[in-house]
Amino acid sequence: MRAKYLIGFLIILAAIGYLAWGGLGKSLVYYVLPSEYADNPAKYAGKRVRLGGLVKQGSVHFNPKTLELKFVVTDGVVDIPVEHTGTPPELFKDNQGVVVEGHFEGNVFKGDNLLIKHSESYQAPREGEYTPDEVRKLLEEAK
Amino acid sequence: MNRTTRKSAFDSVDAVLLAAGLLVLAVGQYLAFTAPPDVQQHYLIRILYVHVGAAWTAYLAFFVAMIYAVLYLWKQNPAYDRLSAASAEVGLLFMTLTLFGGMMWARPTWGVYWTWEPKLTTSAILTAFYIGYFLLRQAIEDPEFRAKAAAAAAILGVVNIPINYMSVYWWRSIHQTATFDIINRKVHMDTPMVLAMLVNLVAINIIYVLFLRLKGKVAYCAAQKEDWDE
Repeated sequence: MRAKYLIGFLIILAAIGYLAWGGLGKSLVYYVLPSEYADNPAKYAGKRVRLGGLVKQGSVHFNPKTLELKFVVTDGVVDIPVEHTGTPPELFKDNQGVVVEGHFEGNVFKGDNLLIKHSESYQAPREGEYTPDEVRKLLEEAK
Repeated sequence: MNRTTRKSAFDSVDAVLLAAGLLVLAVGQYLAFTAPPDVQQHYLIRILYVHVGAAWTAYLAFFVAMIYAVLYLWKQNPAYDRLSAASAEVGLLFMTLTLFGGMMWARPTWGVYWTWEPKLTTSAILTAFYIGYFLLRQAIEDPEFRAKAAAAAAILGVVNIPINYMSVYWWRSIHQTATFDIINRKVHMDTPMVLAMLVNLVAINIIYVLFLRLKGKVAYCAAQKEDWDE
């Protein structure tokens, strides 16, 4: 047995054990849905939570000056207002799947990290929709 | 080392594999760069063309490592042990590329490089497992005991693959489910994109076979040197 490799092996083993029982256990319920929160709000009070759902149509209010972003996360049953500070990610829009990290303050969810859950479906833009290249061209022409 | 071994280190089969791998990769990259942008994430989708290929080839390499491990335990031929280790090593390389490419893709689309969600957590476990596999090989000096322990690890390691693949179906995750859905037999992708993805996948697989052959030969030379040193 070569001691230093054995030590390395044991460290890796411990890391896998930690990830499998500690990390995986937590990440198996990666996010809670609004209706799950509504079932038992006390369970999540004051804790760091990931809230997952869809951005409710027409609920997005963004102030570019203060970077205040307000929107509603819904799972179709329960709506939860979310307050977040920061520029919304590129793929952020109505009906987009999102996961917000943060905590509940009363009935409002204060987010500090906003993640996008995009779909597994990939398509070229339909006829009549602009591709970024076309948009770039239009901008060039407008100058 | 005599001249014949050195001469045969990179043979004509390797040359053909190298040429074919580079050619198919060039075609794949051409298709990837001419494929239309995605309606949602535009040109960011191009990372997918290598990300999926690298991930699948890593799975394949770990699976092949298991097959050689079984062959070793059955036939007790040291060559199978060397090939098992070689495949695991190339697999670890492609797994690292998968993680790196995935992080590059996750930052602009999801918003973070890394998050502890099921697909990523099981990927981290998979990667750590094969790092552990090589530390185990290094830790054991007796070649026969080393080969047997490594074979057991290589067989055990494959358990990670279905867990990693199915994680997006079994648990809530931020990682999207498979675009090439082999369970429900659906492809959620436009044809030019599918073509670009598949051609790149073929290219990466050819490169994998080449790397496996070369690494096997290097391991053979190393084993001979180990014999002489004793």
